[in-house]
Amino acid sequence: MRNILIIALKEIQEGMRNRWVIATTLLLAALALTLTFLGSTPTGQVNVRALDVVIVSLSSLSIFLLPLIALLLSHDAIVGEIERGTMLLLLSYPISRRQVVAGKFIGHVCILAFATILGYGIAALALAVSGSGIETDSLLAFCALIGSSVLLGAIFIAIGYLVSAFVRERATAAGIAIGIWLFFVLIYDMALLGILVADQGKTVSGGFLNMLLLLNPTDAYRLFNLTGSANVGSFSGMAGLSGQIGLGIYALLGALTLWVVIPLTAASFIFSRREL
Amino acid sequence: MAPTITLSNVIKRFGRADAVRDVSFVLSEGETIALVGHNGAGKTTLMKLMLGLLHPTSGHIDMLGDNPAEGAFEGRTKVGYLPENIAFNAALTGRETLTFYARLKRQPVNTVEGLLIQVGLEGAADKRVGAYSKGMRQRLGLAQALLGEPRVLLLDEPTTGLDPALRQTFYAIVQTLRDRGATVLLSSHALTELEEQADRVIIMNRGIKVADGSIDELRKIASLPIRIRASSRAGTGMAPPAWLPAGIGWQWFGDDAIEIYAMPENKLAIVRSALSDDSQISDIDIIPPTLDELYAHFLHEQENGQ
Repeated sequence: MRNILIIALKEIQEGMRNRWVIATTLLLAALALTLTFLGSTPTGQVNVRALDVVIVSLSSLSIFLLPLIALLLSHDAIVGEIERGTMLLLLSYPISRRQVVAGKFIGHVCILAFATILGYGIAALALAVSGSGIETDSLLAFCALIGSSVLLGAIFIAIGYLVSAFVRERATAAGIAIGIWLFFVLIYDMALLGILVADQGKTVSGGFLNMLLLLNPTDAYRLFNLTGSANVGSFSGMAGLSGQIGLGIYALLGALTLWVVIPLTAASFIFSRREL
Repeated sequence: MAPTITLSNVIKRFGRADAVRDVSFVLSEGETIALVGHNGAGKTTLMKLMLGLLHPTSGHIDMLGDNPAEGAFEGRTKVGYLPENIAFNAALTGRETLTFYARLKRQPVNTVEGLLIQVGLEGAADKRVGAYSKGMRQRLGLAQALLGEPRVLLLDEPTTGLDPALRQTFYAIVQTLRDRGATVLLSSHALTELEEQADRVIIMNRGIKVADGSIDELRKIASLPIRIRASSRAGTGMAPPAWLPAGIGWQWFGDDAIEIYAMPENKLAIVRSALSDDSQISDIDIIPPTLDELYAHFLHEQENGQ
C-alpha cells in the first residue's frame, strides 16, 4: 500500500512539474466558463435553473474532452517509461508491477479529478456569484456531473494503460489511443444510429440497445448525466428517452465502474507478464 | 560465506535465439565478481534475470531467498542495481529523484544528503535531472544503487562516463561494501580496471559460461606464457643471449631489451640464469597474462571447441 502511495505522489509531483495539472485545469475552467455564460443565453431573463443548462452543455463537452485528456496522460505511462529506460530501474526496486500500475492510476486520477473539480467548480461558482438562483437538486446533479466526469476520465486512463502495457512502441500507443477516442466518442454513436435507422426496429430490441449503450462508456456517462435528474432530462431533450430506456442509475454506475476495473486489471496482468 | 545469488541451469531464449545457455553459478557474501564478455554475451540478460525483469525459459534463480521469476521482491530492499543505460525522469531534481528511490527502499530520507555528497553531486542536487551530463546521471545512478547498504550490488558497465577521479571513489565505495560482506557483481569492457578489483572472474560468450574462477586460477588453467622483459646495457645483437635456455620463445623488444615467453614453471629458472650470467642485465619486468589476454584465450578456445 505504501508503495502505491509513493508512486502516486511521484506521478502528481511530475504532473505539477511538467505543467499537466495547470494546463488541464485552465483548459477545463476556460471552456466551462465559456459554456456557462454562452449557454445561459437560451434560458433568457427568467434565468431559472441556469445550472441545469450548464450541466447539459458541460456533460457534452466532457464526453469529448475528458477521454482525450485521459488518454494523453495514460497512453505513455508504461511503454513510455520502458522506452526511456526508467521502468527498468523502478522495477529493480522492492515493488510489484501491480503496485506500479495502481500507483500511477491513483496519481493520474488525482490530477484529472483536481482539474475537473476546480475547472467545473469555477463555472458553478461564477454562476452563483452572478446571481442565478441555484436549487438544491440542481446542485446535486452538478456534483453528480463532476463525480461521473472523474469516473469517465478514470475509465479512459485505465484503457490508456491497457494500450500502454500491450504495445512495444510509444508511437503505436499514441495511434491506438487516438483510434480508441474516435471510436468511442464519434464512430460508435454514428454507427449505432445508422443501425437503428436501417433496422427500423425489426431486430434490435430495447434490451439489446441498452446493452449496446452500456458497451460504450461515453454513452453510459451521457445517460447517467442527462437522464439522472428529471429537470436536466427535460432540458437535454432526453426526457422521453429516459422513460424508454430501462437503465437505472445504479446499472449505469455499475457499468462505468466495470469499465474502470476490467481494463485496469487487464493492464496490470499484461504488464506483470511482460519482459523488459 | 553464505551464498547470496544462486543460478542453477538457467536458460533464457528470445524467440529462437539463446541469450543464456545453461548457466549455473553461486555468488557469495564478500565476493567481487567480474562478469566479462562481448556485447550480446548475456551479461545484461543475466542481471535482468536475477532481478526478475526477465523470466528464465528454464532453470532456477535464487536471489537473497527470493525467486525473482515468480515476482518475489522482498529481498530487493537489499539489492542495488545500476543499469547499463541509466535514465531518470527529466522533470525532477536529483534530490527529488533520490528521495523517491529512498522511500521505495524504506530508507530514511536523510540518507539522501550523505549519498549526494559521496558521489559529488551536492552542488547539482537541486537542478533538474534533464540538465545533467552523462557523468552526472551516472553519479546519480550510483547513488541510488548504494541506497540502504545493499547486500547485493549489480553494476552493469558502472564506470562508463565516470571521470578518473570518480572512478577511484567508485572503486573505494565498492571496496567498503565488499568488506562489509556485500556481493558485488560488475560487468565491464574495461578489463584492466576490473583485474585489480575482482576476486573472481566469470567469462561469458554467446550465452555460455566459458570460465569461472579467480584470476590466478584462470591463469593456471589457461597456462598462458608469462612475459619477461630484460633490458641489457650492452644493447642487442642478432643472436639470442647466451644465458637464454634453448627452446624458449623470445623476441627483441625495442633497442636494448628482449622479451621472453616463459611458462609459469620456467619463470624462476630463466630469471635466475639471466641474473647469474654476466649478461649486464640492467632491468627485469615480469608481466603475468592480463585479464585481456585470458579473456581472449578462453574465448578463442571455446570458439575452436565448437
